[in-house]
Amino acid sequence: MTAEKQILVETIDLTKCYGDLTAVDHLNLKVEKGSIFGLLGPNGAGKTTTILMILGLTEPTEGKALVAGYDATRNPLAVKSIVGYLPDNVGFYDELTGRENLYYTAALNGLKRDDAEKRITWALERVDLLKDGDRKVGEYSRGMRQRLGIADVLIKDPELIILDEPTLGIDPEGIREILELIKGLARDDGRTVLISSHLLHQVQQICDKVGIFVEGKLIASGSIDELGTQLFEGKSLQVELKAEPGGESLVRLCRSIDGIQEVRKHGDFLLLQCSKDIRHVLVNRLTAEGYTLMHLRLKGFSLDDIYQRYFQKEGYHGQNISS
Amino acid sequence: MAKTSVLDNIGFDSMSLLQANKGISAVVGKELADHLSGKRFMILSLLVMAACMAALYVAASTIRASVGRDELDFVFLKLFTTSGSSLPFSFISFVSFLGPLVGLTMGFDAINGERDRRTLSRILSQPIYRDALINGKFIAGVAVIAIMIFSLGFTVAGLGLIVIGVPPTIEEILRILAYLVLSVIYISFWLGLSMLFSVYFRQTSTSALASIAVWLFLAVFAGLLAGMVADSIYPVTDSADVDQILLNTRLHQNLSRISPTNLYDEAITTLLNPSVRTLGPVLLQQAIGAIEGPLSFGQSLLLIWPHVVGLIAAVLVCFAVAYIVFMRQEIRA
Repeated sequence: MTAEKQILVETIDLTKCYGDLTAVDHLNLKVEKGSIFGLLGPNGAGKTTTILMILGLTEPTEGKALVAGYDATRNPLAVKSIVGYLPDNVGFYDELTGRENLYYTAALNGLKRDDAEKRITWALERVDLLKDGDRKVGEYSRGMRQRLGIADVLIKDPELIILDEPTLGIDPEGIREILELIKGLARDDGRTVLISSHLLHQVQQICDKVGIFVEGKLIASGSIDELGTQLFEGKSLQVELKAEPGGESLVRLCRSIDGIQEVRKHGDFLLLQCSKDIRHVLVNRLTAEGYTLMHLRLKGFSLDDIYQRYFQKEGYHGQNISS
Repeated sequence: MAKTSVLDNIGFDSMSLLQANKGISAVVGKELADHLSGKRFMILSLLVMAACMAALYVAASTIRASVGRDELDFVFLKLFTTSGSSLPFSFISFVSFLGPLVGLTMGFDAINGERDRRTLSRILSQPIYRDALINGKFIAGVAVIAIMIFSLGFTVAGLGLIVIGVPPTIEEILRILAYLVLSVIYISFWLGLSMLFSVYFRQTSTSALASIAVWLFLAVFAGLLAGMVADSIYPVTDSADVDQILLNTRLHQNLSRISPTNLYDEAITTLLNPSVRTLGPVLLQQAIGAIEGPLSFGQSLLLIWPHVVGLIAAVLVCFAVAYIVFMRQEIRA
């Protein structure tokens, strides 16, 4: 793909206030074309508000959101015709069949009957609902509804797909299917995907880039590795160690290694506070002294650690964040 | 790019200006289908149909019994206005009583129902203007009301023709058509009102209850209240003079005309009853010299023209308020 670095979504100082509450605070976000971007944050962080502003469904108090160069507030129709949006906890008309529900969407998009039929069959096939298309949506399981939601988004053949909490309330097998599907939409079709979620592990699996969003502010963004480096810049590293035989002699050995500043016991493990990555030296010393290495991990490079650390760093605590 | 070939040959001009209109027509089509195939509409039309058939039966038998005794002017209109001893309601009183219910039932969950089903944000994220949804719903509602009222009116007229065997005159046909149009406008007022509540209240049960409360108030208590207010401002005692009585009556009438139910009732009585010559109090000296006889259609229409304008204004005000509130509302709950 030649348009790799093209920016599809851009927000410039996007701000939304509800009375005294600032839901989104001067957000500057860029999403590259063809990538999967994960918007991460706890409930009530302003993710859905941001999405609604990108779609032009809510007017920003300040700043603007651009999608493919169109201002979402000034030209909402142009934006909405290239953006497919799957709302959090999507709803359908239960008394209609899956196919009829999609037909309504197709009609709203101005598709003619024949084109709509073709597109609906294609979309249903894509989400593996073709044989259930003529059943009433009231009979669908939650996972099927979510997949129907994705089919609904595909009806308009969007360039950008925005998914709000797409995996919420779905069983692990269903989540795997949906994530595969989302990945396929970006990799195979070249569509751009923006996922909002508070479920870190799932997003980590498929996102090219993530943005961490807390109380209306984007406090970090980049690929997961980049977030790690951003986070640990100027900070000491933490290494988790378990070796046999343990005890005081192991602690003493660790203390003697250059670069380890502090050794703490943490359950079965030893937590080593280091000024640099000492894993190489450590392993050599341990083997030389006849220890058996059971566990060694550099903390802080999984998304969980990053997420937690960012909240601590910024002084945010889960209980202060209203949902 | 591995897009399916199906997608390539689809003419998908998303930027076209026609899109917004397409949006409305898609909403109208969907809502029409929903209403006409829905159980709610079925139950209501059966109820109204049964009531009106009963009224027609009573009217026809009363008319047949009185043939030759009364003057037989406008027999055909009497089909709509006559009630009997066994059933004290005529066709028009049934429509005037049950019509609001039809309008309310169709509109009370228009917007908050979409919110409840969580379809609102999905629908509004399609390339349509936000007002396409509320406009489309209102247009579809009015269309369903028109279909219902006109088919009902024509059924009654047709059956009446068979039962009493007297064909209607042109004048009578015009009066009946005007009556049906006015009924559609009147019921649209209730549709607009219930849609306003459906925008304003987040719960469908609240908006249903609020609609019914307003309906009962305007249909039953508004006249009562108007009388009380008029009596307290211009008390009529045994020693009251003509001016006082006149002021009291006028105030009473004008206050009760705030209620669209009252406006509608006055208007249809005048329309279907050519002998009604005036709607206000008449002094004896004003009646002296007047020639007995029915009014022509044009004159009747002239008499109720303010009522018609008032009703249309009421519909528009209701819908406009609903529209503005909806356009300013946040999409998320």
